Amino acid sequence: MYEGPIQDVIEELGRLPGVGPKSAQRIAFHLLNVERADAQRLADAIVAVKDRVRFCARCFNVAEAEECRICRDARRDPRVLCVVEEPRDLMAIEKTSEFRGRYHVLGGAISPIDGVGPEQLRVKELMARLGEEAVEEIVLAMSPNIEGEATASYLARTLKAMDLRVSRIASGLPVGGDLEYADEVTLGRAFAGRTEV
Amino acid sequence: MHLESLSVVDWRSYASTDVALGPGVRVLVGPNAQGKTNLLEAVHYLATGASHRVASDAPLVRAGASAAVLRAQARVGEDARRATVEIEVRPGGRSRAQLNGQPQRRVADAVGVVRAVLFAPEDLALVRGDPSDRRRFLDGLLAQRRPAYAAARGEYERVLRQRNQLLKDARRRAGRVDATLADWTDALARAGATLLAARIAVVHALAGPTAAAYRELLAGPTGPEAADRVGLAYESSTGRRIAAEPEAGVPDPAELVEELRTALVERGDEEIERGITLVGPHRDELALAIGELPARGYASHGECWSLALALRLASREVLREVGDEPIVVLDDVFAELDVTRRARLAERCRGFEQVLISAAVDEDVPLDGVRYRVRGGTVIPLAEEVA
Repeated sequence: MYEGPIQDVIEELGRLPGVGPKSAQRIAFHLLNVERADAQRLADAIVAVKDRVRFCARCFNVAEAEECRICRDARRDPRVLCVVEEPRDLMAIEKTSEFRGRYHVLGGAISPIDGVGPEQLRVKELMARLGEEAVEEIVLAMSPNIEGEATASYLARTLKAMDLRVSRIASGLPVGGDLEYADEVTLGRAFAGRTEV
Repeated sequence: MHLESLSVVDWRSYASTDVALGPGVRVLVGPNAQGKTNLLEAVHYLATGASHRVASDAPLVRAGASAAVLRAQARVGEDARRATVEIEVRPGGRSRAQLNGQPQRRVADAVGVVRAVLFAPEDLALVRGDPSDRRRFLDGLLAQRRPAYAAARGEYERVLRQRNQLLKDARRRAGRVDATLADWTDALARAGATLLAARIAVVHALAGPTAAAYRELLAGPTGPEAADRVGLAYESSTGRRIAAEPEAGVPDPAELVEELRTALVERGDEEIERGITLVGPHRDELALAIGELPARGYASHGECWSLALALRLASREVLREVGDEPIVVLDDVFAELDVTRRARLAERCRGFEQVLISAAVDEDVPLDGVRYRVRGGTVIPLAEEVA
């Protein structure tokens, strides 16, 4: 046990995801050695993330204003909506610059074991948007695990009644990877979803 | 394939032991509780990534040690090339594996180079035990035959847990069903059909070799076709019973998905009432019959032994179809058989690439081969007995 503030910092850092006791100690001593201004900047950033970041009122992406940057961007195609589980997934798709529509962030995936059903996700909000906005196509971009599949299956079923194009992103082998390094499940999925050439 | 050597460190009762092996028959001889089975268990672990005796890894590591290490030098494939498999079994943490000195991403990636079929006294449960014992037998064989099967089974179990939770919630809310039940039913039917198709295929493949092996143990290799022929059937919880026929093909997976879905919907009310999934591969049965009678309940002790043994010998044939010939491991089997059946089992084992046998009494094993004396955690080859 260290004395006073250094122990406080170690304990606080140790509470963070992915930070074990050893890492917490290393970061704490690193902070002890940095300039006061640098430490202040980190402290300010942490406080600002709590004070200033909120969820976009339209798509529930993280945002600094009422609506996020993507929802405010008039160049985005309002007819296509990509539904994702988390803001991280949205960022991953944004990095590709391939998708020019807008998003809707559910805030998770359906998982009865974790007590997450459609009511815990922003499904109602999605339906409301579909009533208000001129959406013609929906892309379901859930993770290819069983919870993601169940969420996509539920949404596809619910959206069927509406006059919309609904698609699910493909799953299979990573591009640029070697076939031999793919795990059995991925390779099996890639086989099941093979396309004619 | 065969093992050229086996080393264990901090494994069960062993601190550190090396055993030089080789093709042909190898018999571990010694009194009970001296460590014979522990060595055979190590071979099984190298082949499957699990013990045949315990469900968790903790009892496998010697008291006081944090990890056990198993290492096998093997000759594999048609060209008998050298392969080294090493697994570090670490119950408290992440187990690791190496293949030819290369660390593997997962233990599962090193499992399967060593191929083995093990028969042990516990296998009597294959005939006399619960349906879960026979399901475990089929799943174990399938996992060895097709690595993707283990992953498919893991996925099925996860869907099953999720769906059961949903049913339990529905029961608590007096039958009010969550809107997503249909999606989990779909997911279960899809994941279940994958298992079902694989299991039915392997039961078809087992049928012929099992009946043949049973007949041989009973009547000898040239004996007449007995009236009490062994029959296998896969009884699905959907109500369908599929009698095993060696020539029968695999059912269409799409059809199986539909069949499972229909059965799940039919029993939906009962499922909500009981808060549990009532249809699916987790409730299926491999029915074994001798002649017209179900083996479970009707077969004599000797018949049960012969049938369990026949299932393992048939597993060898099924595995051989898709790759290297597996090692046959017979743990404490000969003592349980009468003199005639001992001779017939010995006859059957002749010509196998490698057979590893444990026995308390050397004379019980009517097979030529290298003998090892196992006593108090040491294994010494008896050179003078080399045939």
